[in-house]
Amino acid sequence: MDRTHLLNKLWEHQNKDGFISDKAVSKISKELKVSNVEVESVVSFYHFFHKKPTGKHTIYLNNSIISEIKGFEDVKTALEKATGCTFGEEGNGDFSLFETSCIGLSDQEPAALINFQPFTDLTPRKVNLIIDKIKNGEDVKDFSSKTISKIQHIPEGDKAIIFRHYEMGKSIREGLKFTKQEIVDKISKSNLLGLGGAFFPVGYKWQSCKNNEDDEKFIICNADEGEPGTFKDRAVLQHVPGLVFEGMILASYATGAKEGIVYLRAEYQFFKDQLEALLQEFRDANLLGKNIQGVKGFDFDIRIQLGAGSYVCGAASALIESLEGRRGEPPVRMWSATKHGFKHKPTIVNNVETLAYASRIIELGEDHYLSMGTEGSPGTKLISISGDVAKPGIYEIEYGMPIRDLLTMEMSQATAPYFVQVSGPSGECVGPDEFHRRICQEDILCGGSFMVFNRTRDILQILRNYMEFFKEESCGVCTPCRAGNFILTEKVKKMQRGLGSLEDVDEIKQWGNIIKLSSRCGLGKSSPNSLIYAIDKFKDYFNVKIAPTNEFQNVEFDMEEAVQEFDTYIKDTQL
Amino acid sequence: MKNVSFKIDGRECTTEKGQNLIEAAKQNGIFIPTLCHFKHLNPLGSCRVCTVKNNGRAIAGCTVKVDAGMDIEVNTKELLDNRKAILEMMFVEGNHFCPSCEKSGDCQMQNLGYETGIRYTRFPRLFVDRVVDARPERIVVNQNRCIKCKRCIEEIRTNDGHKVFSFTNRGNQTLVSVDYEQEAKLSEKQAEHAMRICPTGSILVKGKSFGKPFGNRQYDYAKKGNIPLDDIKKHNGTNRKKKRVATASLAGCFGCHMSMLDVDLGIMDLIDVVEFNKSPLTDIKHFEERCDIGLVEGGCCNTDNIEVLREFRKHCDILVSVGECAIWGGVPALRNTFPLEDCLKEAYIDSITSEDNETIIPNHEDIPKILDKVYSNHEVVKIDYHIPGCPPNANHIWNVVKNILFDEEYSITYPEFKYD
Repeated sequence: MDRTHLLNKLWEHQNKDGFISDKAVSKISKELKVSNVEVESVVSFYHFFHKKPTGKHTIYLNNSIISEIKGFEDVKTALEKATGCTFGEEGNGDFSLFETSCIGLSDQEPAALINFQPFTDLTPRKVNLIIDKIKNGEDVKDFSSKTISKIQHIPEGDKAIIFRHYEMGKSIREGLKFTKQEIVDKISKSNLLGLGGAFFPVGYKWQSCKNNEDDEKFIICNADEGEPGTFKDRAVLQHVPGLVFEGMILASYATGAKEGIVYLRAEYQFFKDQLEALLQEFRDANLLGKNIQGVKGFDFDIRIQLGAGSYVCGAASALIESLEGRRGEPPVRMWSATKHGFKHKPTIVNNVETLAYASRIIELGEDHYLSMGTEGSPGTKLISISGDVAKPGIYEIEYGMPIRDLLTMEMSQATAPYFVQVSGPSGECVGPDEFHRRICQEDILCGGSFMVFNRTRDILQILRNYMEFFKEESCGVCTPCRAGNFILTEKVKKMQRGLGSLEDVDEIKQWGNIIKLSSRCGLGKSSPNSLIYAIDKFKDYFNVKIAPTNEFQNVEFDMEEAVQEFDTYIKDTQL
Repeated sequence: MKNVSFKIDGRECTTEKGQNLIEAAKQNGIFIPTLCHFKHLNPLGSCRVCTVKNNGRAIAGCTVKVDAGMDIEVNTKELLDNRKAILEMMFVEGNHFCPSCEKSGDCQMQNLGYETGIRYTRFPRLFVDRVVDARPERIVVNQNRCIKCKRCIEEIRTNDGHKVFSFTNRGNQTLVSVDYEQEAKLSEKQAEHAMRICPTGSILVKGKSFGKPFGNRQYDYAKKGNIPLDDIKKHNGTNRKKKRVATASLAGCFGCHMSMLDVDLGIMDLIDVVEFNKSPLTDIKHFEERCDIGLVEGGCCNTDNIEVLREFRKHCDILVSVGECAIWGGVPALRNTFPLEDCLKEAYIDSITSEDNETIIPNHEDIPKILDKVYSNHEVVKIDYHIPGCPPNANHIWNVVKNILFDEEYSITYPEFKYD
């Protein structure tokens, strides 16, 4: 067996048996000619794979901060009551309950995946209805929620780029009028940046992959958006998936790659069948397959690879590791993927939204794209807005729009916005005095996640949720990220308990900077961002949270609390 | 291969183009500490201790291939502190009880702790319950000590090329797991190799630990020169002829007090310049006068410890934690990975010496109450200085005291600075 099929093989066992048994591990490792522990290391890395049996229905409830403010705790309790199971523990034969990081449904929280079918806008009442139906033997597929996100805004006039009329194959037919180099040049000229959050120039990647001579090249679509609060890639894949495929086909045309892979995050597998069906349509229309559109030697096909639950796999290098059947650890970087990527061959890894834009740029011409936005970031951008707004959903905005405008009555209708998280937990938080900042290269970039919190929300609760997320999603390889995020989480908890002094606040900043300086990949380098920013930007809030100290600048040790456990236990053991 | 010149901290260096930076630095007489880099293995970049700056950009030194014109920073203030911080993270993440560790004295991580002068960790210990796995045929894997450097994962293979170790789980739950089936195929020599390349005491070969006596271990005397120490607080108080010292032992074993007496005849000189107030040495129970310096051994495991420590803070100008227990809990803190209830049950109800049907746990208003965990002293009150060791070397203790009180020249040599 080829190791690149390992994830699929593991999914087979997981789906069939509800877990991956020792026997299965041992069988797979024999086929791969590796030791058991090597297969186990892969199994245990992804949180949708289980080493212990799970119930007939696995329920993954999203624990992102948006879910938390929309009623996560109540839904969690209701689920435990209705199923008789406890979260995180072995369930009964019928149900197993797990918490999971953001599942890309932030406009419809609290949301859960039951056997990977989506159930959104949950309330305790709704939970009871759902569990009753399941107990009555109904198939969750038949009554799962509609998840298609509302497109709340597109630029006026004919300006919209993504959300405009889509005609299958148009951008490819347009693209075939140009030479390969011209395609790359158009993308380079448009100044399109990678929209997964890293904002790396796309033209550069394509050119580099094109220049690297090799008989085998790959185009990978990164559909593993995991940043809490983002769901714009899901929206693109549900509204205009054809654009994404066409972007891949154009990349293949330009670089000579023969194989395309969509790395779809496991959370999105409920619409995998629709994507497969569309791929078939593409093949039938000779947009995929051999000699595409009659161009001799232009062969390209796309397959969909399902991830298995890991945030860090959204980083291109970790994604390739995952595709190759290993743990999704971002490797020590020796080469760029465009030189030695998947299977050590030149590879382009582009985000869903990026590929959609690429195909529109070819279709509409780069001048249309360049006529909008700012100099540093032309065109439009998809933003997924969630949190304390009346109209959560997808916004296609022209670059350069101030944050304030996004919060107005005409747009998302935010109520008393106070803390806005731009680009998710690894991005930057902004307060009211920065709402004039504009979303563009020149000011503040937004990867897609845009979470709005009003004045009643507790900032420490938000930050704690972020830190728990990073603590859980760190790949665990490097010390500062693995241990450092754990340490910072404990520090935030200490602040929450009201035991943080001024010194603690300074330490959070210093320690955060150590993690940022020395971590191996982008996850660790950005995980303390929000914490550091928040301390600087929300001084009023933190000043109130700082506990009084004694003459030695120490928060008085709470002896009462420290003996409480002893007192409680002793009470039950005396005569 | 062509030779290229590059700079380390402003110094001109030369090496072959493409040479690994750690090795290149070594050739030029510059030491870049690292715990994961290992000879022929591909750069692992996992421990991050070797973080340097290349043309201003932070990067793990072991992953850098030297090229002409590189401007590398290694020992800047920021990077030295960063290196220390990462080591401290390792110390708090695992449960590193140096005094009871088989590898103590031969441990690379401990040695780096000495060389960077770590006296206490800025981070609080995490005390996560971790497994000691003795199931493998030849080895014992102690997860308390593992720093996830990946050396064993990459290096140790069976004769037919199978890996013996691998990471499992992720995030803060990441572990190095053993494949029992493959481990059984290792030869004694291969198993010993695994133990040797482990930079801590996480991998031990059964029957092969504690092989070397004190004094013969690799890092007992290894380095000449002094430990880099800073931020010592000067006492600028009384002009009294004799300075007053108070001492106490909290949750400790009195070993540190024994060690204080280990200066032998030096104690006669000391008596001329200091006098003891509240201390087990004088049997003075309560502070009679304000003291210049307080030496506290042991951490806080019960309410009495807290009260005594607070008294010390109140009556001493300078307060010093002496020994591992005082600094972070030490051996008594072994219980911190278990709930208090389990500890009490084990001691009074389920222990083999307790009577049948025993249900009572001693409790009386005259007996101090047990705290939920053992606290280090600096979690309770402000501590001005920490002296590591189990017990600390006598010279180390008195050198610190004399420096604080009389501004005497102060240096701690490598053999005087130990965690065990």
